Amino acid sequence: MVPRKVTIQAGATGGPTKDITVEVHDLDATPWGADAKLTHVGRDLPRFDGPVKATGAARYTYDIFRPNMAYCRLVRSPHAHAVVTSVDVSAARRVPGVLDVLELMRTGGRITFAGKGVVAVCAETEEALDDGLHAIEIAYEVLPTAVTTEDAARAGAPRVDPKRANKVTTKRGVQKRGDAAKALAGAHKKVSGIFRTAVQTHSALEPHGCVVEPNGDGTFTVWASTQGTGSVRGGIAKALGLKPNEVRVISEHVGGGFGAKFGIDEWDRAAALFARKLDRPVKSMISRRAEHLVAGNRPDSIQDLSLGCDEKGNLTALAGTVLGTPGNGAGGANAANSRVYRIPNLDMTQSSVSTFTGRQRAFRAPGHPQGVFALEGAVDMLAHEMGADPLAFRLQNDPHPLRQAQWRLGAERIGWDAKRKVAPGAGAGPVQRGVGCGASVWRSSGRGKWVVNLEITREGSVTVSNAVQDIGTGTRTILAILVAEELGIAPGRVTVRIGDTASPAGPPSGGSTTAPSIGPAARGAGRRAKERLLELLVGEWEVASDAIRIENGVFTASGGKRATFDEACALIGPEGITVSGQRRRNYAGFHNETAGCQFAEVAVDTETGIIKVERVVAVHDAGRIIDPLTARSQVVGGVIQGISYALYEERQMDRNLGDMVNPTLDTYRILGIRDCPRIDALLTTMSSGFNNAGMMGLGEPTTVPTAAAVANAVFHATGVRMLTLPMTPRTVLAALRGAR
Amino acid sequence: MAKGSDGEGGVRRRDLFKSAGAAAAASAFLNPLRAFGQEAGGGTGTPSVGPGPVEIALDVNGGERKLAVEPRRTLLDALRGDMDLTGAKRVCDRGTCGACTVWMNGKPVYSCMVLAVEAEGSEITTVEGLGTPDNMHAVQAAFVAEDALQCGFCTPGFVMSCAWAVKEHGTELTDETLRESVCGNLCRCGTYTHVVAAALSAARAAEGE
Repeated sequence: MVPRKVTIQAGATGGPTKDITVEVHDLDATPWGADAKLTHVGRDLPRFDGPVKATGAARYTYDIFRPNMAYCRLVRSPHAHAVVTSVDVSAARRVPGVLDVLELMRTGGRITFAGKGVVAVCAETEEALDDGLHAIEIAYEVLPTAVTTEDAARAGAPRVDPKRANKVTTKRGVQKRGDAAKALAGAHKKVSGIFRTAVQTHSALEPHGCVVEPNGDGTFTVWASTQGTGSVRGGIAKALGLKPNEVRVISEHVGGGFGAKFGIDEWDRAAALFARKLDRPVKSMISRRAEHLVAGNRPDSIQDLSLGCDEKGNLTALAGTVLGTPGNGAGGANAANSRVYRIPNLDMTQSSVSTFTGRQRAFRAPGHPQGVFALEGAVDMLAHEMGADPLAFRLQNDPHPLRQAQWRLGAERIGWDAKRKVAPGAGAGPVQRGVGCGASVWRSSGRGKWVVNLEITREGSVTVSNAVQDIGTGTRTILAILVAEELGIAPGRVTVRIGDTASPAGPPSGGSTTAPSIGPAARGAGRRAKERLLELLVGEWEVASDAIRIENGVFTASGGKRATFDEACALIGPEGITVSGQRRRNYAGFHNETAGCQFAEVAVDTETGIIKVERVVAVHDAGRIIDPLTARSQVVGGVIQGISYALYEERQMDRNLGDMVNPTLDTYRILGIRDCPRIDALLTTMSSGFNNAGMMGLGEPTTVPTAAAVANAVFHATGVRMLTLPMTPRTVLAALRGAR
Repeated sequence: MAKGSDGEGGVRRRDLFKSAGAAAAASAFLNPLRAFGQEAGGGTGTPSVGPGPVEIALDVNGGERKLAVEPRRTLLDALRGDMDLTGAKRVCDRGTCGACTVWMNGKPVYSCMVLAVEAEGSEITTVEGLGTPDNMHAVQAAFVAEDALQCGFCTPGFVMSCAWAVKEHGTELTDETLRESVCGNLCRCGTYTHVVAAALSAARAAEGE
């Protein structure tokens, strides 16, 4: 088995390309170049799970009702910092319908965030559960707390971890190159600002949770709302002292994740323990309030930045400090504010500040929306100082060949040149309009050596299987498209079985890696199956395999030999064809970063402070796009979440009580349909070269630049720089007043 | 000794019954459809029920369903847990997000804000009653074609609100009217623009019929 060297044209269709030579694994399919002519890949195809989702037939974890199922929920601490002084579960145990009680914390145990589970209750019905939860008596010794980054960073603040200060600077948090201090001192122009962003909660509509069912033979079946079926299998197996193959995890549909749903949590562990002890299925789904409090969030940030450039407008240095809170943990609160542009001198120190709040979790492009908001704000300020067009200024400093093309594409679509003829803040009347832009950056070429199984029967049924979950991105559908492309059949003929650990392990959906991690394995499986079908035809027709052509699902060879896909399948024995395709190590790529940029047009009512985003043009790259229809949905979704982050979302904490003030969907505001603008999703399709399908990921980069583009548009509209997210009417009016 | 918080926050439905006094008053208080314009006190002649399970019969998707529910059980929970109609979703459970939207007598309601016992005598239509994967309602088909769904958890609620708007306004349905009709539904994945496209396309398709 020797790898073969092939040269492919990597890069964008109709854009920048370069020929790269890659060593392809012997068993892998040759990567498609930018010039590949494909039948199904790259064409709009409605997602396979659309009909079941639109008719309510799709079963999510929350929708699993098993015979004899019991219900579990936790009594959670209302205090952020406290010691449990007594727990009395005796009254709860007497409540009719209560089956069991599990103490999650002992007397003397210390609580470091509101919402920590103290006791788990299991009951016959949700009504009995409700009564049982309210019968639990817990006493606490309440201790002083600090729930905001600034409060917890103060000298003398109560410590989350008594053994260390709340503020932690890890090695990764310190980035230095060149001499930023010197470069800033000698800069032709320099800007400084303190940018602030709020804590954002994931707010997936399906809460975290699971149903755990004993199978009667010591093994368990688990339905879980998760971004990683394998991580749940491992977690539940560990909780029950079992081997992973004694636990089967099913996750057919997932009601949103956005980074917060990996592994298991204390409510899942409790469900597993109850299920084993009571020998019956147990359902444990957390409440909306718990979702906000304990199930993940994006850290806030306080980014004190200085950015300088030379007289030609070339960026020379970025320096500053960043604080952000990861909740009651340490680390993971950095802001990605030094990527995108060519900046020779850098001096950043990022620190996380532990607070008495629920722990951060990965949230759609961790560190990036906040980092790019600050970076792009500073770049916009510097362009203004230089008297330069902010787009021309960016083009001058952006090293990414594809983003260079994207900036121009987006600018043309939004009418940049005409709209920027009006100087910032020069508009007349109470409602002022402006356009702004921001860059996206991400790295998502996929990873791992995942295996996809493919089975073809003599009746012509084609089934592709893997344990990977589809969290709403369209994974199910692109697997079918990739297999169909190889076999020359309609994608609708392919049955996709995913979200079940009975199939080969699948990648977790994090880092926008799902599609580029599993897609190439599906294409590889399709190629292996096609080879097997060709072998059968070679035997039947007595021709060489390379003499057989496949087009539109029809196999032909000279001499009028012809077989449809079904006719070819009829040659398969009763044992069927089962092959697997494995993803290979990444090959050389066109560029190791995905590119993107967004333009926003806003109307700012200077009397009310209300910002209305009227239009967004989003230009993104994700390597080869397999299904543009679902890919555009990803882009639109990222933009909508980005606008929501820019204008509304903020976890508000009571600084004295330490509890969240707005843990509901009516008080934690997210963007609604009436505030949703027209969104143009433009995809610059390209062949990345990294894998046989040229794919990269798309989920995360789409939400990275939105808030920056909106804030920069607000500056163009009003001439006032918004340094704080969310940009609420209150902060907008304050900024406008301050500028007068 | 502090009473434990269950992390749910707010008032429990059962406590609401107690504090509202007579079950009749509670029933009227909790039923915005019936209580509106009525005297929200005693003397309505509404029989007292509960707190134990009550036998009721509901008219759901054109068929009668008999079940026993505690009076505090919501229509949403009864549909999902007792009738296995899980299309309507429990998300906010307090009348904010619209994921639980069903029709009562042809009009959209948040089923998390209606008690199952109050729904007796009304025609209930759920997303399952609108169409099936093999025989989709025009709005459902348009949602699929326009990819107006991602994770899909809010989708049944959006479908019910959009289908009502299409039914109510037909070919007169505008972008603005549609948005107003479904502004009580929230989506987290960000499908709004596709939802608008789907509903307007279904309304246009209705014109061709």
